[in-house]
Amino acid sequence: MAAGAPGRRTAAAVRRGRTPWALLVPALIGLAFLVLPFAGLLIRTPWGDLLPLLSSAEVRGALWLSLGTATAATAVSLLFGVPLAWLIARTEFPGRRAVRALVTVPLVIPPVVGGVALLLVLGRSGLLGRHLYEWTGFSLPFTTAAVVVAQVFVAMPFLVISVEGALRGADRRYEEAAATLGASRWTAFRRVTLPMAAPGVVAGAVLAWARALGEFGATITFAGNFPGTTQTMPLAVYLAMQESPEQAVVLSLVLLLVSLAVLVALRDRWVGTP
Amino acid sequence: MTDGRLRAGTAAASALLLAALAGCGGAPGGDGARGGSLTVFAAASLTEVFTGLGERFEEETGSTVEFSFAGSSDLARQIADGAPADVFASADAPTMDEVAEGGFADGDPEVFARNVLRIAVPPGNPAGVEDFADLAGDGVTVAVCAPEVPCGAAAEELMEATGVRIGAASQEEDVKAALTRVRLGEVDAALVYETDVRSADGDVEGIGIEGAEEAANDYPIVPLASSGDPGLAREWVDFVLSEEGAGALTDAGFRPASEP
Amino acid sequence: MSTEGGGARRGAPEGASGAEAAEPALDARIAVDRGRFRLDARITAGPGEVVALLGPNGAGKSTALRALAGLQPLSAGRVLLEGRDITADPVERRPIGVVFQDYLLFGHMSALENVAFGPRCRGAGRAEARAAAAALLADMGLEAYAHTRPRRLSGGQAQRVALARALAVRPRLLLLDEPLAALDAHTRVEVRAGLGRRLHDFGGAAVLVTHDPLEAMVLADRVTVLEGGGVVQEGPPAEVARFPRTDYVARLVGLNLYRGVRHGTSIEVDPGEGGAAGGARIEAASPGGGRVFAAFPPRAVALYREEPVGTPRNVWRLRVEGVERFGDQVRVRLGGELPLSADITPAALAELSPSPGAEVWASVKATEVECYPA
Repeated sequence: MAAGAPGRRTAAAVRRGRTPWALLVPALIGLAFLVLPFAGLLIRTPWGDLLPLLSSAEVRGALWLSLGTATAATAVSLLFGVPLAWLIARTEFPGRRAVRALVTVPLVIPPVVGGVALLLVLGRSGLLGRHLYEWTGFSLPFTTAAVVVAQVFVAMPFLVISVEGALRGADRRYEEAAATLGASRWTAFRRVTLPMAAPGVVAGAVLAWARALGEFGATITFAGNFPGTTQTMPLAVYLAMQESPEQAVVLSLVLLLVSLAVLVALRDRWVGTP
Repeated sequence: MTDGRLRAGTAAASALLLAALAGCGGAPGGDGARGGSLTVFAAASLTEVFTGLGERFEEETGSTVEFSFAGSSDLARQIADGAPADVFASADAPTMDEVAEGGFADGDPEVFARNVLRIAVPPGNPAGVEDFADLAGDGVTVAVCAPEVPCGAAAEELMEATGVRIGAASQEEDVKAALTRVRLGEVDAALVYETDVRSADGDVEGIGIEGAEEAANDYPIVPLASSGDPGLAREWVDFVLSEEGAGALTDAGFRPASEP
Repeated sequence: MSTEGGGARRGAPEGASGAEAAEPALDARIAVDRGRFRLDARITAGPGEVVALLGPNGAGKSTALRALAGLQPLSAGRVLLEGRDITADPVERRPIGVVFQDYLLFGHMSALENVAFGPRCRGAGRAEARAAAAALLADMGLEAYAHTRPRRLSGGQAQRVALARALAVRPRLLLLDEPLAALDAHTRVEVRAGLGRRLHDFGGAAVLVTHDPLEAMVLADRVTVLEGGGVVQEGPPAEVARFPRTDYVARLVGLNLYRGVRHGTSIEVDPGEGGAAGGARIEAASPGGGRVFAAFPPRAVALYREEPVGTPRNVWRLRVEGVERFGDQVRVRLGGELPLSADITPAALAELSPSPGAEVWASVKATEVECYPA
């Protein structure tokens, strides 16, 4: 390939000429597999219903609840997930590998099971929830906080894995450089490590947000379903499905469009255009 | 005490899981509808009683019966999408109407049972619920079914008929989920079917509701047009409508269809 | 150049007595055990003195520097800085500044923020830290680049920012790890001059790790040579260059070096020394006795096709093993009873026209042989 910086077109042409069929064909099949179901959704969408639905108080309530809880869940995941990722990536302690494996458990178990597990621990008669209820009269299920808890449970692993990868990839010598300049480990983490791992943190946060936004199983199991309090968009979609699949399709589309809009906006703001 | 509650909780948790998995299960293999075998799509609330009847039916006819239990509307949608089923038994009339109007039914649906709502409370009734009106109180946490599903529609109807508005903590996706809330002790009461209270087998206590019959659900059944063995499908429907079938349904807590 | 008491001391780092003339600014004995590798070295530096740690790859130079910085735990030893024991102090509380090999400037901060980072961490206010950083950058001639991100700086500029950052914490000890290694040859000359000036101006002690003898000679007041985890030689650069004590140093400074026993003016080279066969002899100008080093530069060697006649007292018949270009000279590597390198002009080579394996006569004047106690 020519040295220096050839024009964009040339570079693209050269690349295209080199793409092996053995990669291209499965890649396109994979793409089609991911995109076609959405095409199906779009074709079946009664577009005329979109605006009236968006203006209905119930849908707006579910949408705002979804956006709010997913954002809160992402914030909570960041608050606890980043230190956890640091612990796994940057410290040595017995059982570190086991901890790392445990973090990924919520990724593989069905979210419904996660919801049941949360109930058994944090529910009104759960292991911890029982004491909370006895002392304060407060019980977590059926509250908006429970939605956030369920979402954090399923979304935080994505953040931890992503941030851990970023921290592992970051050059530790920069922390040493910071230390020689007088930075405590905490300052070095805050002012050097974290900013350098920022792309990984942002990617993890976006993944976590998207996962929280789409969360269904753990939410309906742990937090229940009540419009305005715990009924997020996926729950509204599921219940709409019981009555009218068309409406469910429209609701899904609304969720899809809003999340796309948010992600694109974030990308422009945080990641910049590549 | 603690131990017992924990065990009950675990059992309830597994029930919840099973219900969830059944909901995702989809249709059984297409071969089930061929050569002396029958696939029955039935509302989740029929699980226990139909399973028992199925065994007896197999003994009597020498055929094999497979069931797919799920929410009635899920099943209706699967039928509309071409799932290979021979018989459909719904937990409410509107869902059955959809199937019939879609041209999937073979003949007219017949109501074979009715189900009335009851209040399910945890053993010992910690919140001291005595009647339906108590559910409107502030200190009582209640789970009902979502209005989109049959038991929720029935609950709405009941609230309208009685003039009591329940401030529910949660609208569950199906009646089993509402029952599970009670079993796990997360709510003080739930509005469920009488049959659910029976099948909970002492894990919950049932409290009758005055005027519940007003809002009872009709359970219609019909052979499906897509059946590969219409004769056997008809035989199953007749078996459910027979005295033997009615007896089993009554034992499970259903009301006879003939009752007003 | 240092006139510190240890200046004339050679080798044996353990033997330093407490009765030296001036208290060293840095007095460290560092031992690090890392499986098969063991570092055990005494490193000292007088006030304002620049000490170069010179050694081949894997000698333990960087480990020693990391140990001084506190980044590498010691298995034994202690670090005294201006009389204070800082062995137990964590990195962030040592009064040191470090310039790392590839600078390790923080990519998400501007040059100014990089330099202000240290003062901020050590308690300075934001404005104060930035003012100090701006002044340092101005000193380095970098005021125009204060708000530039490191990846947009040239290698030389980045090096100066790294130095400014290390100096910003007003360290009492400056540690530099191969500070010029990341630069291309052309920039290196220029940056080296600037670095030398700033090291000279810096009031505290400085330890510089390098594998480049020229860097050590130009920048340092004293050279400490590390090999295989231990100090093998120490002294002012000129002395080390003139009297190498190991093959590594001899190679670095470009001398042929042999150990042997001196009888009068004749030195009997130890068998096996540089591949020498037993019985090889080197004649020196002045007489003496005991175990000695004998060294002579390759340019002092003359090569002949025929056995030379006349004055030279050192004549060996050797085999040509290789020829390579060396500046405007040609370096000829010779094997045989006394393996050595000879630098001759291309013209002399043409006249000699040796084929590999050919035998030639090599001669060295006795007055060119430097002889000093081993």
